[in-house]
Amino acid sequence: MEALQRVSGVAAPFMRINIDTDQIIPALFLGGTDAKGYGAHLFHGWRFLADGTPNPEFILNQAPFDQSEVLLADRNFGCGSSRERAPKALREFGFRAVIAPSFGGIFFNNCYRNGIVPVELPIEQIKELVSEVEASSGQAKITVDLEALCVSTGSGKRFSFTAPPALREMLLKGLDEISLTLSKSESIEQFRTSDRAKRPWAYSV
Amino acid sequence: MKPSTGTTFFDKVWRDHVISKLDEESDLIQVDRLVLHELSGSQALRALEEAGRKPISRGQVFTVIEHLISTQPGRGPCDSVSSSGPAMIQTTRDASKKYGLHFIDYDDPRQGIAHVVAPELGIAFPGATLVCCDSHTSTIGGVGALAWGIGASEAEHVLATQTLAQAKPKTMRVNFEGALRPGVFAKDMILALIGKIGAQGGIGYATEYAGSAVRDLPIDGRLTLCNMSIEFSCKYGFVAPDDKTFEYLKGAEFSPKGDAWVKATDYWRTLKTDDDAVFDKEITIDCDVLEPQVTWGISPQQVGSIGATVPKPSHAVDKEANALGERALTYMKLHADEPIRGTPIDVAYIGSCTNARLTDLRAAAQILKGRKVKAGIQAICVPGSTPVKHAAEAEGIDKIFKDAGFEWHESACGFCGHIGDNRFADLRVISTTNRNFESRQGPKTRTHLASPATVAASAIMGCIADARELS
Repeated sequence: MEALQRVSGVAAPFMRINIDTDQIIPALFLGGTDAKGYGAHLFHGWRFLADGTPNPEFILNQAPFDQSEVLLADRNFGCGSSRERAPKALREFGFRAVIAPSFGGIFFNNCYRNGIVPVELPIEQIKELVSEVEASSGQAKITVDLEALCVSTGSGKRFSFTAPPALREMLLKGLDEISLTLSKSESIEQFRTSDRAKRPWAYSV
Repeated sequence: MKPSTGTTFFDKVWRDHVISKLDEESDLIQVDRLVLHELSGSQALRALEEAGRKPISRGQVFTVIEHLISTQPGRGPCDSVSSSGPAMIQTTRDASKKYGLHFIDYDDPRQGIAHVVAPELGIAFPGATLVCCDSHTSTIGGVGALAWGIGASEAEHVLATQTLAQAKPKTMRVNFEGALRPGVFAKDMILALIGKIGAQGGIGYATEYAGSAVRDLPIDGRLTLCNMSIEFSCKYGFVAPDDKTFEYLKGAEFSPKGDAWVKATDYWRTLKTDDDAVFDKEITIDCDVLEPQVTWGISPQQVGSIGATVPKPSHAVDKEANALGERALTYMKLHADEPIRGTPIDVAYIGSCTNARLTDLRAAAQILKGRKVKAGIQAICVPGSTPVKHAAEAEGIDKIFKDAGFEWHESACGFCGHIGDNRFADLRVISTTNRNFESRQGPKTRTHLASPATVAASAIMGCIADARELS
């Protein structure tokens, strides 16, 4: 799994509420079982005009935001469908962090498994970040440090955040979660043996 | 800290499944059932294979062909309106056979939408942990399972270990008190709740639905209620099991039998929330006064009673909330202060894991019987499962639908999401589905969510209509 300790880059303010995973990548582009091939369709309905050309008004089609590595959004980012191609599409585009007041829970978990850190910050702090980015026409870089659990800016703003410890460790080190769990096979087997005695119907199918 | 009191249904079920603590927020939990479909399950199966791993407990894994398979009568094994559908269907089919998973193919008489099939067949059971690469897995909480949607990587983890690392959510109880009036359904209850607490209201929570109106609901209705938990960003929604649940599951193919059934039900009875249990949050909805609901915007929280007008975005300070309201009006081609009822529609759609079970089709048939869909309206019914379709046909419901002018399809996820068929492009649809997101049902498609009765009445009238005026 891809690791992430820290990202420092262009941040795109896209301050909408309830950006759902159907908008992040429409169902039409979920085709295939490949791990890659989704970045080209990121935000397809907003990013492209009906004739397939880039929509010049969409922020990710404008320099320097076409090089963004951090996304700034409003509450409930990634709500809706469980499609893991949503964080895959963001990652392929170049994003390593999304900062929002809150996230859809399935999307939040999916991010950690695709090299992206979802950062929850209060809306007031996100608005400060947006102001700094907008005042510099996107030149002000934003740093998200998963090691230090801190978001910072060139002007010296520092906002701390929290991350679920096990997921953070996994992303920091790029650990293979399945190997990690399989190393606990003994305790899993012990659990299943006693659980099977208590709830045999959960097993005997 | 909660005071030391009774235990909620959720806490009992979670506690039952904790293998080990991962950190202060998360546990490694036992997964009783994994359900996979060809859209995202195929990704998990392929990733597992590429990593050189195998399912560790294949008897606990079920695969169903339902997301991309065509709904056209006479469909073939890989027919799909999605260009990549055939390959994904075949990948799922091949992997299911190779690994010896429980597999329900497109032509199996048990086939249907995973969240309809899992309760029907007793794949789900009270107190089970059940996961599926699909956000509407919460549906299955309607039979007292703890069921939620996961990503494909998480599903790969479940395939390889039959466990999942998961943060323990906070608990919320929604008390639907009173009794529904005729013409008001579970769909109206859940839409009203989402309207009240907003599309973000459930982040970080597991929600138990309780109260007299929930107890009175048939299992089909409870499944509808739980289905849309994810529409207020709540991964888990459930109704604690009762005699109605046991009656529903008894005799189902995968339900325990004989002595095992007795032992199981004895155990399931212990799972209900203790009277003195405390929730992190409680909400009450008065069902005595509840009206049929219909959405007018691009988020399920943008909803109102059938007799209401489209609201004007008017938050004093929250400019993003205003922007959401403005965007909705523009996208939906609606104007503030105009009535929702009477808005002309192009399509009436009855289908999906939300509202295409037998009681849903009966409610629609009651409206459609002896009437005709207004000329020029596309009216489509896709039953939630093949057993639902067959049961409806045995009652003559298919004939009522067809005589009224509805198309009668094979079961699948169908037109709930846009996977390639442009039939609904730039049209206004009244739909029994769960999402009114931009372009969810097609390019520029304007979706209004409502109950099957409301959709049926709207099909007859050619505009968003109050079914109570036709019954």
